[in-house]
Amino acid sequence: MPSTGYLLAALTTILVVTFALRALPFAVLEPLRASTFMTFLARYMPVGVMVVLVVYTLKDVSLTSGWRGFPEAVALLVTVAVHLWRRNALLSIVVGTALYVLLVNTVLA
Amino acid sequence: MPVPSRRPFRAAARDTVGVGVALVPLGVAFGLLVVDAGLAWWWAPLFSVFIYAGSLEFLAIGLVVALTPLAQIALATVLVNFRHVFYALSFPLHAVRGRAARTYSMYALTDEAYALAHHIPPEERTTARILWMQVFCQSYWVLGGILGAALGEVLPSIPSGMGFALTALFVVLAIDAHRVTKDVPSPLMALACALVALLVAPGQMLVVAMLLYLGALTVRYRIAVRRRHRSHLDPPGEPDPGTTDEEAEHA
Repeated sequence: MPSTGYLLAALTTILVVTFALRALPFAVLEPLRASTFMTFLARYMPVGVMVVLVVYTLKDVSLTSGWRGFPEAVALLVTVAVHLWRRNALLSIVVGTALYVLLVNTVLA
Repeated sequence: MPVPSRRPFRAAARDTVGVGVALVPLGVAFGLLVVDAGLAWWWAPLFSVFIYAGSLEFLAIGLVVALTPLAQIALATVLVNFRHVFYALSFPLHAVRGRAARTYSMYALTDEAYALAHHIPPEERTTARILWMQVFCQSYWVLGGILGAALGEVLPSIPSGMGFALTALFVVLAIDAHRVTKDVPSPLMALACALVALLVAPGQMLVVAMLLYLGALTVRYRIAVRRRHRSHLDPPGEPDPGTTDEEAEHA
């Protein structure tokens, strides 16, 4: 279990970096506005970062033992389907998570 | 204190109702996960005050429980929150007066605050209206977190699999981000980067994958610039993207 000191240091690190990312650009707006590379990154970074994060959250799922990622795949597909259908973030997350919790605690327990 | 013609507190409450409906339940899920990870309930509000960046907060639970080195946490923060750099380009900070107010406004410049600021009609963008809007957003999130953490402490056991909420959250954000770009190669490139990172550096998968993706985007940008050079289709007088960005990098 992480110590309180480490936790506070980690939180402070994130606070400082996040604040810098949010505040510094106000001080150096012009070079940012002029940089086509930065606007290119701004456009294409978010979707990729989110895809990487999806894989990251699933990295400990074993494909060689247990249900071999079956409940994750089902819940993932349902989440995608519900979101494409209703475009309601909260609904998609609740339905996907509820289905997953249901699967791993009952049918596929 | 003089009462303004449009009460900014009540106006900000109205501005943020929709966001609140989404933020409170997400905050509850966050609080549940904090307790589920073995942390005391009061870490939930501390996370929401220190970090205050939704998706990164969820991610941070896993990072700190795994005792990730601070340098890696810093790098992950830069990569995950990189998008915030561009909010400065159009967030109406000029309407916020006073040093403390401006500092809070920049600190609390989340995706939601950025989006909501544009919903406030320009003539109504006052310091009070914008600040209250941001305070409301953060309050929903902090209160949701406390609620979820308290729920987690009370429940005899948290059902296993709740962590999937995080996967679902990122899936939803990925789809929404894709709706903006409508670009197929970028998510595929990112998926490839993530799988390569998982194979070569499972321990540092997150940071390696994001750096690979950043590299891939840079290559793609260079190719696009070169193509435009070759095709000679640039309208005369438009700044050359290649040199502009070099200049910005060295500025």
